[in-house]
Amino acid sequence: MSTNAQTVTVEAPVEAPGRRRRKPPLSEGARAERRLGWWLCAPAVIVMLAVTAYPVIYAVWLSLERYNLELPNQVKFIGFANYGAVLTSPYWWEALWVTALITAVSVAITLALGMLLALVMYRTLFGRGTVRTASLVPYGIVTVAAAYGWYYAWTPTQGYLSALFNENAPLTSQFKGIGVIILAEIWKTTPFMGLLLLAGLSLVPEDLQKAAKVDGASGWQRFWRITVPLMKPAILVALLFRTLDSFRIFDNIFILTHGNNGTQSVSILAWDNLFNALNLGIGAAISILIFISVAIIAVIFIKGFGTAAPGTDTERR
Amino acid sequence: MIGDRGSTSASVRRAHPLGFPRTSRWRVAAGLASVALAGSGLAACGTSSAGTGPVTLNYYQYPDTSVATNTIIKNCNAQSHGKYVISYQLLPAAADAQRLQLVRRLAAHDSSIDIMALDVTWEAEFANAGWVVPWTGANQAAVVNGTIGPALQTAMWKGQLVAAPLNTNTQLLWYRSDLVPTPPTTWAQMLADAEQLKKEGKPHYIEIQGAQYEGTTVWFNTMDASAGGSVLNPDATKVTLGAAAMKGLSIMKQLASSPAADPSLGVQMENDNRLAMEAGTAAFELNYPFVYPSMKADNPTMFKVFKWALYPQVVPGVPAKVTIGGIDLAVSAYSTHQALAFQAALCMRDAQNQLINATVNGVPPTIASLYNDPKMFPDYPFHADILQALENASVRPKTPVYQVVSISISHLVSPPAGINPSGTVTSMTNQINNALQSKGLVP
Repeated sequence: MSTNAQTVTVEAPVEAPGRRRRKPPLSEGARAERRLGWWLCAPAVIVMLAVTAYPVIYAVWLSLERYNLELPNQVKFIGFANYGAVLTSPYWWEALWVTALITAVSVAITLALGMLLALVMYRTLFGRGTVRTASLVPYGIVTVAAAYGWYYAWTPTQGYLSALFNENAPLTSQFKGIGVIILAEIWKTTPFMGLLLLAGLSLVPEDLQKAAKVDGASGWQRFWRITVPLMKPAILVALLFRTLDSFRIFDNIFILTHGNNGTQSVSILAWDNLFNALNLGIGAAISILIFISVAIIAVIFIKGFGTAAPGTDTERR
Repeated sequence: MIGDRGSTSASVRRAHPLGFPRTSRWRVAAGLASVALAGSGLAACGTSSAGTGPVTLNYYQYPDTSVATNTIIKNCNAQSHGKYVISYQLLPAAADAQRLQLVRRLAAHDSSIDIMALDVTWEAEFANAGWVVPWTGANQAAVVNGTIGPALQTAMWKGQLVAAPLNTNTQLLWYRSDLVPTPPTTWAQMLADAEQLKKEGKPHYIEIQGAQYEGTTVWFNTMDASAGGSVLNPDATKVTLGAAAMKGLSIMKQLASSPAADPSLGVQMENDNRLAMEAGTAAFELNYPFVYPSMKADNPTMFKVFKWALYPQVVPGVPAKVTIGGIDLAVSAYSTHQALAFQAALCMRDAQNQLINATVNGVPPTIASLYNDPKMFPDYPFHADILQALENASVRPKTPVYQVVSISISHLVSPPAGINPSGTVTSMTNQINNALQSKGLVP
């Protein structure tokens, strides 16, 4: 598929310039360019439709059916009954609360730590490259590998953290388990947050800082009155990214607790229903509900923060 | 996962206004396309030989850490006189992961699977989905002949034999004769013995599986069946939990709240029980026979007083009906060499090869007469008790949605300290009813 896409993109431009030379009128040229644009887009559009739109539409369809892989003779259209089953199930609501808790706590702490990290990276005078590279190590490690690290560290009699904090199997209790999951998330994603915020920090003009300094503003005042407001777009981008990612948390939980003892996220719930129970109807309904939740989060961020939202701001400048 | 992919695309879309290069969408698309291509390429090369040579039969089984499976396959390949060669394909170590791989391949009509080693909990599911071919005629007769009744029951679905029992397994009561000279015959006695030991300041725990997993479903099933109950009716259309389940649950609860309970009961699986017993903190252990060779190797001193007895009775005077485990061989509905696959499966489970599996791999055979074979005695001093337990064994609830039923049960009975017999039975009945109608969610 990808080779096809390349041949199309290579051939199309060869024809187009020839035509353009023979027909001078600008409007025609613009039209040809537009056509070329469509040709160039077509392969991507087709691939996107095949790998994104089709599965999403298929998932919507599946969510309206009673469909168990083990009960092939009982497949039938049941409307919104699967949604009813999910929304009346205590497991869904518990998973939603757990997910929301993990998202809120981990994103808040990550933002604070990420800001600190960004400031450190920004202000470092020597070895700046080394500092930035070193801080990215947790983000570079595969989540599953890191999660195993945490898992063994918290396993009684084997792990150093378990021994250090004298914790007996924290992963087997709900609140401690969620705590460990949040810790793993923060450790993993703080560098990413830091990097996004660093990009925002470099947007703040040094002159303004100096001017404020001359006017007698303290470091704390300069941070809150100058740095943060000017960084707002970058902060929102970072928050949006992290919130959406956090809400779909799967791999850390899958390794650390497998969702046992009330630690499962909505994604783990979807996985369990799809792949353990082989209940495609219920599983698809959960997936669609996650999709809707993610869309709601995105809309809240974009609408709720008005003109400071990502996208609008860059166009205004 | 479908929804997951959808939401990923949402975040990719959001990425553009943020100054990310537009090509990221291309890269994602090209990446996905190449993954898809690579996947289809892999699937295509799975099918085996054509033409004159022996047919390759792909046999998917759990990873056998002993040499037993390879020896058996070598034997059968030699006996086939060039008709087939069995190729051993390793499944993952964890049972859930094994099932997941088989299910994904079968749902995609993968013709590269010929024979599968199925856990006894999967037969109804695989048969009902049309993924395995029933055994009929001479093949069926060869399997039925001499096989222990309950082991055969695990391989039946809707009156048809859908697999051939390869090996079986069941639990015995293991105890320390230095602490308990006469083993208890009932749960009440065992609990009383443990309390007495506690008073004397001696090791007194009863080791059993109480974690939130299938092993705990097995414990409940054993208790329910031993009290004369069942989870489902024979057609698997109705929940039949009742007084027997209440009786079983109340004993489980009683153990959990007595000094006999190991403090880790709520997270313990078979191996944790074995280790606790070997470490000397327990007096009793309800477990599979693998603990015996293990004790011999790990704690030779304690091995001298490590004895066994039949599983304690729930109703005094009525032998316990312990849940049976094991592995059954099934032929894939998408295999292109089904006739040969049946032959090969029959060979792998014949008496000679089951004896190898029993003595080298340590798994109890499904052919009753093998328990009187002197070759079994050195490794199975408990052969007579195991056979007695097997012949009176119970099977797990047989339903295509066993996974959901089992998850519902294990979540309701684990941790066992949280059991409230009548409330637990009501919730269990509701949840299993939902499962039978594909309505329930699994946690």
